[in-house]
Amino acid sequence: MGAAQILQYLLSGVTTGSIYAIVGIGFTIIYNATGIINFAQGEFLMLGGMIAISLHGFLPLPQAIALAVVATGLCGVGVQLVFLSWLRRPDILRMIIITIGLSILIREAALHVWDEKVHALVYWTGDETSSLAVLGARISPQLLWVLGACALMVASLTLFFRYTLTGKAMRACASNATAARLCGIRLPWLVTLSFFLAAAMGALAGCVVSPMTQTQYDMGTSLAVKGFTCAVLGGLGSVGGAVAAGILVGVLESASISVLPLAFKDVVALTIMLAILLVRPQGLFAAIGRKTGPL
Amino acid sequence: MSRSAARNIPLLAFAALGACVPVALSALKADFYLTQLTMSAWYTMVALGLCLLMGYAGQVSMGHAGFFSIGGYTAAVIATAGMPSWLSVPAGVAAAALIAFLVGIPVLRLKGHYLAMATLAFGFIVSRIILGTPLLGQADGISDIPAYHLVAGLAISGRRALRVQNFYLAWAVVFVGLVAAMNLVRSRSGRALRAIRGDEDAAAASGIDVARHKLAVFVLSAVYAGLAGACIAHFNGGIGPGEAGIMKSVRYVALVAAGGMANLWGTLGVSAVLTFLSLRGAFGLYDDAVFGALLVGIMLFAPSGVFTLIRKRVLGR
Repeated sequence: MGAAQILQYLLSGVTTGSIYAIVGIGFTIIYNATGIINFAQGEFLMLGGMIAISLHGFLPLPQAIALAVVATGLCGVGVQLVFLSWLRRPDILRMIIITIGLSILIREAALHVWDEKVHALVYWTGDETSSLAVLGARISPQLLWVLGACALMVASLTLFFRYTLTGKAMRACASNATAARLCGIRLPWLVTLSFFLAAAMGALAGCVVSPMTQTQYDMGTSLAVKGFTCAVLGGLGSVGGAVAAGILVGVLESASISVLPLAFKDVVALTIMLAILLVRPQGLFAAIGRKTGPL
Repeated sequence: MSRSAARNIPLLAFAALGACVPVALSALKADFYLTQLTMSAWYTMVALGLCLLMGYAGQVSMGHAGFFSIGGYTAAVIATAGMPSWLSVPAGVAAAALIAFLVGIPVLRLKGHYLAMATLAFGFIVSRIILGTPLLGQADGISDIPAYHLVAGLAISGRRALRVQNFYLAWAVVFVGLVAAMNLVRSRSGRALRAIRGDEDAAAASGIDVARHKLAVFVLSAVYAGLAGACIAHFNGGIGPGEAGIMKSVRYVALVAAGGMANLWGTLGVSAVLTFLSLRGAFGLYDDAVFGALLVGIMLFAPSGVFTLIRKRVLGR
């Protein structure tokens, strides 16, 4: 295998990996605010992509994407307000089942609004044949869009959590909800905001990746499982960890294609996840001494 | 009347109802319903097994369609590859049990979200392996599976002439599965399982071997699923990758949840009715959506199941 080919695998791995990372961060945001793993997280990517594809029928691309992101964010808010906000101290099993049920309802709704076919948004610049030469490897310009969008999201999220009052309030809730409430932080509003953020981020990821990997109504589940893998690998709750884990999973997955049949691509990522969960449940990149973990 | 006799009345009523159904249907000239009723019996077996695991022991599994397909595909491969024909169903059950054992040891150490996600991943892996393996027919599945001959002319087969026989056979297996599950629930082990659901640490502190009990009930529920998968492969004469889909796993969870979680009778009733309606195509294009809505609705408004809701609202107690 030549150096250019390795670079090719690496780049495509980093690209898919950064999408997994975004899904993982979506899990993280909602988990931090509520302690819930939202199994419908993958559906937000599908919704974002689908809405943008439909809107692009009569709107220019940037507006279509912006509207799709906002609309999906509002869907996330709607899900939270209608289904989850009024539950008092639900147990975990109940929340798991509700969010799984919601993911199915969103998926089935998408099946009926759109159809079972594979759709794709147009390339943001150029088309499927255009490519850039990077150190001998040929890559699609869309790949740069994916990396750029993911980097932008991660950077702005980090700034948001670190320097804004709202971001700090969300972190306070994650570390101790009761203490945060005693300090006058209004928890319900933050929970709604976390659903908006997670859904909107998912939608943007869904739009940026749609030209390359296509959008289909049932794409959510595998994305959710892989995104969760990254969230856990990165130590649930950490944005940087999720990114590192996402890139790791993406590269391993794209390397697996050169060894195994394409059909087993998903098996690789999920087997890694199972293995990691069992060996190192606190995550690969988890801060030492942090007390969140599955055991 | 003694308590044990009172307990047996529902079972007798269930048996009597089961015995009457084919007679009534043939009198009404509607015996074409028997095929779907037989299939719903096999699917109900999966739900009963999951009820033990999820309802009584509190361990969620989002991958039971995986065990169902492992049983079904193992039986299908053996039956179509010219190996001894009696082997297929036992091998299917054994394969499901073995894989549940191997997967269960590590996975059952996980709790809550992690367990749900890990079992979901397990189901996904099984379905991807089926789709990627030529031996398992990939997207086409395996067809032309011969009948499975039991003693004296009894056979699991979808042939018209054997329709009534297969109805009795399938529901007899469900009956045995139900009685076994009820006995388990009432036993010392059953109490241990409920203690584990309540609080694992407390259960361990009272001397219950938590890991062992969880693993045992996980394997048992996989046996129920594997048996159902193997039998339905013979009954339908074929099995496809759709049986391993995530949606199927979610469906079994929905049936148990709607039945009231730790409620074998509830699970049986909900599963028999809803699976039959779904197989008849009563929900049309909205088949999966119905089960999704059922999950959300039940968990939001009646987390203890439809029957408890009816008892509280309608009967006022």
